[in-house]
Formats: sequence, structure tokens, C-alpha cells
Amino acid sequence: MMADLSLNQSASEANFGKIALRWLLYALLGLFALYYLLPLFVMVTTSLKSLEEIRTGSLVTLPREVTFDAWKTAWSGACTGIQCEGLRPYFWNSVLLAVPAVFLSTLIGALNGYVVAQWKFKGANLIFSLMLFGCFIPFQVVLLPMARMLGLMGIAGTIPGLIFVHVIYGIGFTTLFFRNYYVTIPSELVKAAKVDGANFFRIFWSIFLPLSLPIIVVTVIWQFTQIWNDFLFGVSFSQAGTQPITVALNNIVNSTTGVKEYNVDMAAAIIAALPTLFVYVVAGKYFIRGLTAGSVKG
Amino acid sequence: MSEWLENHLPKIVLAPSFIGVLVFVYGFIAWTAWVSLTRSKLLPRYEIKGFVQYEKLFDSPRWDTAMNNLFIFGTLFIVIAMVLGLLLAIMLDQKIRTEGVIRTIYLYPMALSMIVTGTAWKWILNPGLGIEATVRGWGYENFSFDWVVNPDYAIYTIVLAAVWQSSGFVMALFLAGLRSVDGEIIKAAQVDGIPTWRIYSAIIIPSMAPIFLSAFIVLAHLAIKIFDLVIALTGGGPGYATDLPATYMYAMAFSRGDIGQAASSAMIMMLVVFTIVVPYLYSELRSKNDG
Repeated sequence: MMADLSLNQSASEANFGKIALRWLLYALLGLFALYYLLPLFVMVTTSLKSLEEIRTGSLVTLPREVTFDAWKTAWSGACTGIQCEGLRPYFWNSVLLAVPAVFLSTLIGALNGYVVAQWKFKGANLIFSLMLFGCFIPFQVVLLPMARMLGLMGIAGTIPGLIFVHVIYGIGFTTLFFRNYYVTIPSELVKAAKVDGANFFRIFWSIFLPLSLPIIVVTVIWQFTQIWNDFLFGVSFSQAGTQPITVALNNIVNSTTGVKEYNVDMAAAIIAALPTLFVYVVAGKYFIRGLTAGSVKG
Repeated sequence: MSEWLENHLPKIVLAPSFIGVLVFVYGFIAWTAWVSLTRSKLLPRYEIKGFVQYEKLFDSPRWDTAMNNLFIFGTLFIVIAMVLGLLLAIMLDQKIRTEGVIRTIYLYPMALSMIVTGTAWKWILNPGLGIEATVRGWGYENFSFDWVVNPDYAIYTIVLAAVWQSSGFVMALFLAGLRSVDGEIIKAAQVDGIPTWRIYSAIIIPSMAPIFLSAFIVLAHLAIKIFDLVIALTGGGPGYATDLPATYMYAMAFSRGDIGQAASSAMIMMLVVFTIVVPYLYSELRSKNDG
């Protein structure tokens, strides 16, 4: 307080400018927060309104009367084409698809990364480069032969077929994650363990795996988000009954039979988004690390 | 025997993935490339007929629209997302007290499926009950915002939704970049009385060139592959107005039964991706091996 009083005129003006700038900054940040939040807000409020209120009310008002009917319909009654079972069966399809696919691709990625980072042999770098390259192809270029291959293997249109596809095209990224993590572990560790008589798997199991928790979390989150949110593989390689949730959601929204139920569409969209949103809220730090891991040098 | 096994174990562990990548990535690309040179229709045929599919592709008005749209969408999406991302990152870098919360809000759309994003924006943008109707309800009777159903403007709604989804991610990339700049240099500049905007434009941003490149690569890659957002938001319509190479390829492969066209359009997509990504990957791998 005393210090404030003794400030001279020009300093307090500069101070005022600084404070005004600060306010402007916060106002701008707040505006952008609104821009990002508005669609979510509209989705939630729309899903809680009755159709009647949607038709007569406005997009941005809160529901006059909160009703969960739309959520019930979205979960167990909405029509995807001719079937009207809601999202529930497809939600479980996605769970049955994502859990094994995430587990397998993470496990394979960990072993691959361990080899490429710590057990280099001639050609290991070339193999890694080839795998890395595979991360960047537009999947359109493999859709047609994969459709035939799944047919030949007898798993076309099945959930195991989709698991297979997600594992195959996921290991490039998972290998990259683990490789980049394991190269930071000094190679003397492996040498010392070998001298002590530990073998390849023993060293992996007792030394590397216990150190790997952060990268396992990053990889699992990354893979889960990718697989849960995937649409291209889901729509190309599934059939009625085995579709993942994103495909079912799209079918519900674009179903042309009956009245357009916007509140059901929004409830269904939120249901489809909840698992990944939940992961993001609980483990955001790891989510961001996964996003940036592939793209920031390091 | 067991010693041989022990010595070759790393190779054996890597082998299935290697074979998988060889077959399912490179083998499949070769298959698609081969088929793109045939007259395959509903079923693949394997007699090479030259570049007929590509000639047909480039003669097709629908493909022309798709490539034009990719150019418009890609340019706007990359530029806007980068500018917005950088702006947000710089604003958040000013010792904001609630930074954690704000960052979480800016980035959450990245956790959503593009189908969810498309569904939400389709609802918000629909003229009958969305923004247009809401603003009219406030008394502006002549307000018109029908982009999502207007063939001339529908492509911009895809830009809008895609920027909404991805700009927070670019912000996170840039923020990490800003934080990695040597603090000593910045302090020295501040002591010398250099204004903040000059510190950013002359010192910090130039030192982030690699991050600009990374962000560009990621966004360009997203732009070329974008498929689900278009399907959910406009379905490629009205008409073919928002067709993109990915939706064209899908339509040819799975609804038109024209495998030759699907294969040739997929090859063009890959060509576009590779002209952007290959130089980047090459320099990345080289610098990593040197280091």
C-alpha cells in the first residue's frame, strides 16, 4: 500500500496499461473458451430437451423442462436403419473391439520398441524406418486388398477381423512410442544384466517393463482413442450387427425413417464421445504426451 | 540350439511385425497400384491396361471437385489452425493463473471422434433450428447462415468444424515449443528493455521452426485423410459439393463398385501424402541417426 502511494504518475499510467492489457488477455482467452465449449453445451442442452421445446425454443437456451427420454431412446431404442436397438449393442461392440486391439498393439509395440532401441541388429533401423513409414500412408490405399484378405481369412465383417486390422495398422505408432522411450535408457543396463546371466525376456520383464508405466499409459490412451474414434475401418470392414459405435452413431443421425429427433442424435453423440472424453479428463497429461510424441522432435 | 535361439531372439520377436508391415502395408500398396492399372470394375482383374483409370479419374468432374475441395479445405484448415494455435499458445504463455483449465478446454475436442464433431456441428449449423433460426429469433429476421446446405459454401463448414477440433492440438504443440526456448535469452532481452512482441517475433518464434514444420505435417496429413468429418457433417453434399478424395475413393470402392477408380484415386492420395511427408521423415530419420 505504501509503495503504491509513492509511485509517480507515469509509472501508474504504465501500470494501468498493463492491467488493461491483462484484462483484454483474459477476455480473449475466455471468448475462445466459449468457442470451444459452445458445441458441447448445445449438445448437452439439446439432448435434455423435448422435441417440442427444440422446435419452438432457441439453440442456446437451457431446457425449460429437463427430460432424459432422448438418452433412453439413444441408448436402447434409436433406429440404425431397420434395427431399433439404440447404441447399446454397438457400444459393446466397440468395447469388445478396443480392449483386445489396444492390449495386443501395445504389447507388440513394447517388444518391438525394446528390440529396436536396445537389441539393435543389422537392418533393425531399416525395419523401424519401414514401420514408421507405414504410419503415414492414407489408409485408403490398403482398404481394397484388406477387404479381400479378411474374406480369405474368413473373418470379414467380424469383430476379430476389425481387431486384426487395428493391430496391424497400430503397431507402427506403438513401436515408435516405446522405441523413443527405451532409447533414453542407457544400454549399459542391458549389458550388465546379460553379464549377470539374464536373458532377452527376463531383462524385458524385470527391468524394462517396470520402468515403462508412463509410456504404457500414453500408448494405451493413444490407441484407445484412435480405435474408439475410428470410422473408416469400422464402416469398411463391419456388417450389420458388428458395427462399432461411430458407424452406428452415423447411421442413427442419417437414418431417414420417421421424424428427425435431434435430441436423440445429440444424446447418442455424447454417449459415443463419453469414453474418450472420460479418458481425456482423467489422464489429460498422458493424452497430450501421446499427441505430441509423434510430432515433436525428441 | 538354445544359444542360437538366444542370439536370434531379437530378430524373431521383430519378425512377425516386419512381415506384417511388408505384406499389409507395402504388399497392399503394390496390389492397389497394380489394380489401378487395370480395367477392374466390380471385381479386381489383373491384366495391365496402362493408365486408363487415371485418365478417367482426371476427366471426372466429381474428382475435379474433390481435388479442388482438398486444396481449398487444406489451405484454409492448415493456415487458420496454425495462426489460431500460435495465437492461443502465446496468450496462454503469459503466466495465466487458470492455464491448466483453459488448456483442458481448448484441447478436449481432440478427444472426440470426427463423427461426433460432425454430428454436433451439423445440428448447430442447420438453418431450420440452428444458429440461423436462433439469430432470427433474436429479431434479426434477415439473418442468413445456410452454409451447410449451400453448395458454394458447404466446404467452409468443414473447415470450421475441423479447425474447432484440431486448433487446440496445434496450441499444445506451440505451447510446448514456447516453453522449450532458452529462458536465459528471454530474460536478457527483457533486461535490455526489448518489448514483448519483439521478443516473440524476433527471438522465440524463429527458434520454433521445427515445430512449425511438425504442425504443418500433422495438419496436412489430417487434411488429406479427412473422411469421417465430411461423412457426418455434409455426407459429401449437397450433391458432390463437399466431396474430397477420401469420400470419392470410398464411394467408388463400396457403393459404386468401381475398384479401378477406387484404386487409382487411392494412389493419387498416397502420392499427395508422400510428397509432403517423405522429405520430412527423411530429414527426421537422418538427424536422429546422426545424433
